[in-house]
Amino acid sequence: MIQIGGTRVVMEEQSVNERVKNFRSVPFGYNAEEAIAEAQRCIQCIHGPCEKLCPVHMDIKAMIREIVAGNFKKAFFIAKKDNAIPAITGRVCPQEEQCEGVCPFSLTCNGINIGKLEAFVADWAMNNGVKEGFHIEEKPEKVAVIGSGPAGISCAVDLRKYGYKVTMFEALHKAGGVLQYGIPAFRLPKDIVDYEISYLTEVGVEVKLNHIVGQNIMFNELRKKFGAVFIGTGAGAPQFLGIEGERLKGLYSANEFLFRTNLMKAYKFPEYDTPIVCGNTIGVIGAGNVAMDVARCAIRLGAKDVYILYRRTKKEAPARDEELQHAIEEKLKFIELVNPTRVLGNEDGWVTGIELLKMKLGEPDKSGRPRPIKIEGSEFTMKLDTVVEALGSKPNRLFLDQTPELETTRWGTFKVDENLMTNIEGVVAGGDAIRGNATVILALGDGRKAAESIHNYILRRRK
Amino acid sequence: MIHKIIDKKDLCPGNYLIEVEASNVAQRFQPGQFVIIRIDEKGERIPLTVADFNTQKGTITLIFQVVGKSTKQLGILNVGDVVLDCVGPLGNPSEIKKFGRVICVGGGTGIACIYPLIRALADTGNEVISVIGARTASLLILENEITALGSRTCVATDDGSKGHHGFVTDVLMNLLDEYRNSGGVDRVIAIGPPVMMKAVADITKPRQIKTIVSLNSVMLDGTGMCGSCRVFIDGEMKLACIDGPEFDAHKVNFEDLISRLEMFKEKESEAINYYSSKAGVKK
Ligand code: FES
Repeated sequence: MIQIGGTRVVMEEQSVNERVKNFRSVPFGYNAEEAIAEAQRCIQCIHGPCEKLCPVHMDIKAMIREIVAGNFKKAFFIAKKDNAIPAITGRVCPQEEQCEGVCPFSLTCNGINIGKLEAFVADWAMNNGVKEGFHIEEKPEKVAVIGSGPAGISCAVDLRKYGYKVTMFEALHKAGGVLQYGIPAFRLPKDIVDYEISYLTEVGVEVKLNHIVGQNIMFNELRKKFGAVFIGTGAGAPQFLGIEGERLKGLYSANEFLFRTNLMKAYKFPEYDTPIVCGNTIGVIGAGNVAMDVARCAIRLGAKDVYILYRRTKKEAPARDEELQHAIEEKLKFIELVNPTRVLGNEDGWVTGIELLKMKLGEPDKSGRPRPIKIEGSEFTMKLDTVVEALGSKPNRLFLDQTPELETTRWGTFKVDENLMTNIEGVVAGGDAIRGNATVILALGDGRKAAESIHNYILRRRK
Repeated sequence: MIHKIIDKKDLCPGNYLIEVEASNVAQRFQPGQFVIIRIDEKGERIPLTVADFNTQKGTITLIFQVVGKSTKQLGILNVGDVVLDCVGPLGNPSEIKKFGRVICVGGGTGIACIYPLIRALADTGNEVISVIGARTASLLILENEITALGSRTCVATDDGSKGHHGFVTDVLMNLLDEYRNSGGVDRVIAIGPPVMMKAVADITKPRQIKTIVSLNSVMLDGTGMCGSCRVFIDGEMKLACIDGPEFDAHKVNFEDLISRLEMFKEKESEAINYYSSKAGVKK
């Protein structure tokens, strides 16, 4: 039976009571039958707005057609053609603002669940050992890729397809960047990340872990040894508010909280060595996706009351609807219109609470969102035993400090031209390193564009 | 990449020296820097002091004291065993140049950290006076090696079992008095337990002698990503891993450093209990 429009095939997921006790994936993912049924909803509209809005312009309609026909292998190859990591983007892309958001059905009922279909074909391929094989015509030039996050992964894979020798440098002991340390396993299971990373080595990318460019290997060395360099160093440095009390024990940056929990698996302490101290009552400052990730990790680590402290209202929260929804289902409490002024502590140096100033909304600012305005004298305090600052992150200055020759913006991101070339020829950058805090899919798109740019550069140089 | 242990020595009860293959670190190591190691897949990332390095062999020498689960586990490893990750060198190298007369104060395992510094400073033509101390004589490490560097070496032990009966700071004070009329002291470098470094800073501050300390705050990534290692220098937040580990002792807020080092104390004992009970089961 072919269903036009209709409603989305329901995505089964772990019940709230169950999932708050574990770090396993919340949605179970479609099975073949469900995927076909969901794919059948697609009317294959001529203009394919979903494809246009996709930052990497996947052939979504073709992928869906193959799913309908039960040709999952073909569907997978179609997805993989434009997207190095469909299993990942299928799970973490803000589809409601992209492909699914412009699906004509999104006006009347829910748009086609493109993200979950994409994840389905990728998971199917992983479970059935199906891999995209491509023939590589080896070229002599060598390219260095700095950073193994989404931008680096996509750039490295494409560079291999062009035939270049690729060496990837990762500062940590595990490749994947934000996919490993940032995004929690209940949103993005780590076996999926590991699988995608293993694909890198399979296609011949040499991955060098524990190599911190600017610290234990110098940028100039790379420039000498490699024909071109891609910078995909992301935005990994935490930001702090700079208020009183940040020295206290029990206060973390979101980076530290997530790094301990996700990459180091502190939720399995003491089986895993890395500890985390997460109290019963925790306040998370900020309302982006990272803040939601922290809040949901905290709930799973056993926190009883988790508060989001945000200076605007839920409506303006930058987090994806799905994340916000999931977090609220998991009993996260949202405190709107507050601005932290001070973190309070006891004589032993532990956090005991926070002082907040009430805010009100004013005229829209440059971002189009109403500007939060302080209400003088409205301070009040709240008891907390853990505070996490999720204020967004900025590019790591360790790398910036070592590369004064590279031009940057005042936000510390690299300046690039339309081909993602920095002011130094042959040095290309992409992802959060040029965008600040953006998305996985934009980083993937940059990686691809950067690979093309490097390819053209090398060809030019050959002449 | 795995790192093989090619030599191991028991320095004194609870203190070990291991020589580990890590050619990338050895090639680039400079005094003042450190490494982070992770023993196995479930391991935590722990910062360790590099006491020596051998560029030809591509090895580094690590000295550590058993204080928690990971150092306990590391102490049990033998020659031929491996550690999974050894990343470095991390942090900024010490400033090594001709200062004149320099007093290097090392306490406990801090002695291991200050040893390559003493050597480098002596090689640069400084008059180096080393003051090393421990709780008791049997816990004093590297005394012979430091004495062998040829400069004046003073020893202090808390229980008086060797050298001066008391703290390294007593010795330091005496030295400062002694040199006052013969050109003074140009710089003091102190590496050891935070309370020791604080005491040194308290002595040198009124005397206006530039003093450098190396801070061992709680570290995670060691690359400026997490902020766990934050320290407060003249009221400003700095990251020990990328801004340090060395700082001007007179600007360091030692109370915060000491307090923050306690953050995971309870968890550490939980980890060690778990490890001991598991190790017990295995036997
Ligand atoms: S150890 Fe993470 S920022 Fe220094």
